[in-house]
Amino acid sequence: MTGLPDLGTPAGRYRMLRLIRGFEELALGLVRSGAITGGIHPYIGQEAVAVGVCSALRPQDRITSTHRGHGHVLAKGAAPDRLLAELLGRTGGLNRGRGGSMHAADFSLGILGANGMVGAGGAIAVGAAWSARQAGEDRVAVAFFGDGALNQGVLLESLNLAAMWRLPVLFVCENNGYATTLPAATAVAGSATGRAAAFGIPAAEVDGMDTEAVRAATAEAVARAAAGEGPGFLECRTYRFEGHHTMERLMKLRYRTPEEITDWRGHDPLPRAAALLPPGLAAQLDASVTEQLAAAREFALASEHPSPEGALDHLYADGLRPRAGAAGTAGAAGVSAAAGAAGPVGVTESAAGTGARA
Amino acid sequence: MRLSYTKALNRALADALAEDPAVCVFGEDIGAGLAGPTLNLLDRFGPGRIVDTPLSEQAFTSMAIGAALTGRRPVIEFQIPSLLFLVFEQLVNQAHKFSLMTGGQAAVPLTCLVPGSGSRDGWAGQHSDHPYSLFAHAGVKTVVPATPTDAYGLLRSAIADPDPVVVFAPAAALPVRETVTWELAPIPLGTARIHRAGADVTVVAVGHLVHEALAVAEELAPEISVEVLDPRTLHPFDWPALAASLERTGRLVVVDDSNRSCGIAAEILATAAEEMRLLAPPRRVTRPDGTVLPFALPLDRALQPGRHQLRDAVRAVMK
Ligand SMILES: Cc1ncc(C[n+]2csc(CCOP(=O)(O)OP(=O)(O)O)c2C)c(N)n1
Ligand SMILES: [Mg+2]
Repeated sequence: MTGLPDLGTPAGRYRMLRLIRGFEELALGLVRSGAITGGIHPYIGQEAVAVGVCSALRPQDRITSTHRGHGHVLAKGAAPDRLLAELLGRTGGLNRGRGGSMHAADFSLGILGANGMVGAGGAIAVGAAWSARQAGEDRVAVAFFGDGALNQGVLLESLNLAAMWRLPVLFVCENNGYATTLPAATAVAGSATGRAAAFGIPAAEVDGMDTEAVRAATAEAVARAAAGEGPGFLECRTYRFEGHHTMERLMKLRYRTPEEITDWRGHDPLPRAAALLPPGLAAQLDASVTEQLAAAREFALASEHPSPEGALDHLYADGLRPRAGAAGTAGAAGVSAAAGAAGPVGVTESAAGTGARA
Repeated sequence: MRLSYTKALNRALADALAEDPAVCVFGEDIGAGLAGPTLNLLDRFGPGRIVDTPLSEQAFTSMAIGAALTGRRPVIEFQIPSLLFLVFEQLVNQAHKFSLMTGGQAAVPLTCLVPGSGSRDGWAGQHSDHPYSLFAHAGVKTVVPATPTDAYGLLRSAIADPDPVVVFAPAAALPVRETVTWELAPIPLGTARIHRAGADVTVVAVGHLVHEALAVAEELAPEISVEVLDPRTLHPFDWPALAASLERTGRLVVVDDSNRSCGIAAEILATAAEEMRLLAPPRRVTRPDGTVLPFALPLDRALQPGRHQLRDAVRAVMK
C-alpha cells in the first residue's frame, strides 16, 4: 500500500484497528519464535485510542509516542512493513534497525518517536508545538502517555508550560489501569483530568474502547488548539488485553484477575467499530489486512541485517566518528583508532541528512 | 576592542540570533540578562525568541529538544552547573541518542550554556560543580573555552552544530578580558590551541586553568620550557594535537578541575600512555576524588587544582 491510510471513514478506522491488532499478533508470533529480540509491549486492546486520536489529526500534525507505541505509529501512517522490519532490527526498518520497538519513528510523517522513558514524550511534544507556532505553521502536537506517566514530574511541568504559553498541544493519557503491575488506583492521587484542570487545561474523560468517542473528543481539542486556544487533555479509559511486556507471558503474575480481563475483553473496540459498517464489509477489510500483513512479513524478513561495521552510524548528525573501544584495532564498530591517524572530526559517507528532517 | 568573556558570549548569542531566525534562547531570568550572556537580547529579539522560562528545567530542556527536532536551533542557559544533573536524562538519554536511535532521521541542534561553572568563590557545595567530564564521557560534545575569543568562536560553532553541545564557561574565566584586534569568528569544535610553545613538558590545561598554566610556564621558564595546550573541546578531543605536542616534549602534565577518578585528565593520561610518545610517567592535577567544595574560601581553594601542585607536577615529570 502506498499513501497515507484514510481514517476519515468508519471503514478506514475499522481497517486501521484491525491492522494494528493483526500487526501485534504477527509481532507476538515473531517474539515467540525468537525472531524479534527484546520483546514488545503489545498494544492489543487499546487500538481505539490510537485510531480515534490519529483519525482526527491532519497530516502536518505531530505525535510523540511511548514504549507501547506500535498503534500510534501505525495510525499516524507509518508503513507496517517498515515498522515490522524495525522490530526485527533490519536495514529496511523505519530507523534502519537502530531503534527497535521502543524508538520507532518516522519524522517524514510527524512521528517524533516512540520513547523508552515513561513520560518523556510530553515535554518533547510541547516543544514541537512551540516550534510550530514560532514558525507560523498550523500544526498541533499530540503526546501519548500512560497512567504511569501521570506521576512523572517532567510531564506535570510540561502541562504548566503548555498552559502558560497556550500551545497547540494535546495530552492523551491512555489509562489502561496499570503501570506494569501497579494499579493506577493506588498510584494517582486525585485524578488525571483533575491534574490537567488544575493547570487550567480543558480536560475530558473518554471511553477509550470507543473509537468514535475518542475521535470526537480529539477533533474538538485539535480545533481549539489550532485556533490558538491552547492545550487540551484527554483521559482515555482503556485496557491492555495482553501482559505489560511479552516477557510477562513467561511469568505467572497475579496483579489482575482473569475475570477482570474477560470483562474488559467484552469491550473490545473492534466488534464495536465493525458494527458501524454495512454487512460483509468488515470481513472484506479483514481479508485485505491479512494480505497486507503477509506482505509486510515477507518484506521484513527479507530485509537485510545491518552489518556490524555500521554499529555507530548516525551517532552524530555531523558524521563524527568516535574512537574504537580498543586502541589500534578496528573495534566492533570498525572504527579506526590508530593514534593521530584520523582527525578529531572524521566524516563518513553515511553522514547526516539521509533521512527526512521535519 | 576590549572584550570580556561574558560580553563575548553575549556577542556570540546576538550574532547567531541575527544570522539565523531558527536560533532561540531558553532559560531562567534571561530576559533581564541576570547572568550576563543574554543582556539586552530580549529588547532586540523579542519574547518569541528570548524565552524566560518557569523553573522547570526538565520540561524546558525536553521542550528545547522537541523544538530542535522540528527545525529550531535552541540555546538553553543554565543558571547553575548542577542543574545539569537535573537534566542528565534529557541531555544524555534523549538529545544525545536521537540521531542514532532514529537511524539518522533526526538531529538535535541544541546548545546548553553554563555561565559560571566550577567554583564561584563562596557559593559552596551545590553551586560549585564542574561536570564537563561527565558529558565528555557520555559522548555529548563538550566545550570549555578559556578566553573571550574562544568563548565567542566556540559558542558560535556549538550553535551551528547539528548535535547537542554543552558549553561550560568557567566562573574563574569570566573575569578574563582581551584586547581584540582580530575579527571574531567561529572556531571549529575539536581543535586544540597551543597557547605557548615549549620543548620540555606539555601541560594540558582545561578552561580557566589555562591561565594558571600560563603563569606557571612563565615562572618556570628559566629552568623548564613548558608547552601549554588548551584542548578547548573535550569531546571530540583533538588527539592529533596532543600527539604532535608529545612528539616535541615527551612529557605530560594535565591540569583539570574535575574530580580525579574518571575525570578528563584520566582519559588524557590513559590515551597518551597507550598511544603516544612519553619519556616519563605522566601526572595530573585535579580535584580530589568525590569532591564537595566546602564553603570557607581556604577550604574551597584547598581542593581545586592550583599553581603549587602544577609546579610540583611539572618538576616531577622532568626528574
Ligand atoms: C521513567 C521511567 N521509569 C520506569 C520505567 C520502566 N517502565 C517501563 S513501562 C512502565 C510502566 C508504564 O506504565 P504506563 O505509563 O501506565 O504505560 P503502560 O505500560 O500501561 O502502557 C515502567 C515502570 C521507564 N521506562 N521509564
Ligand atoms: Mg498504564
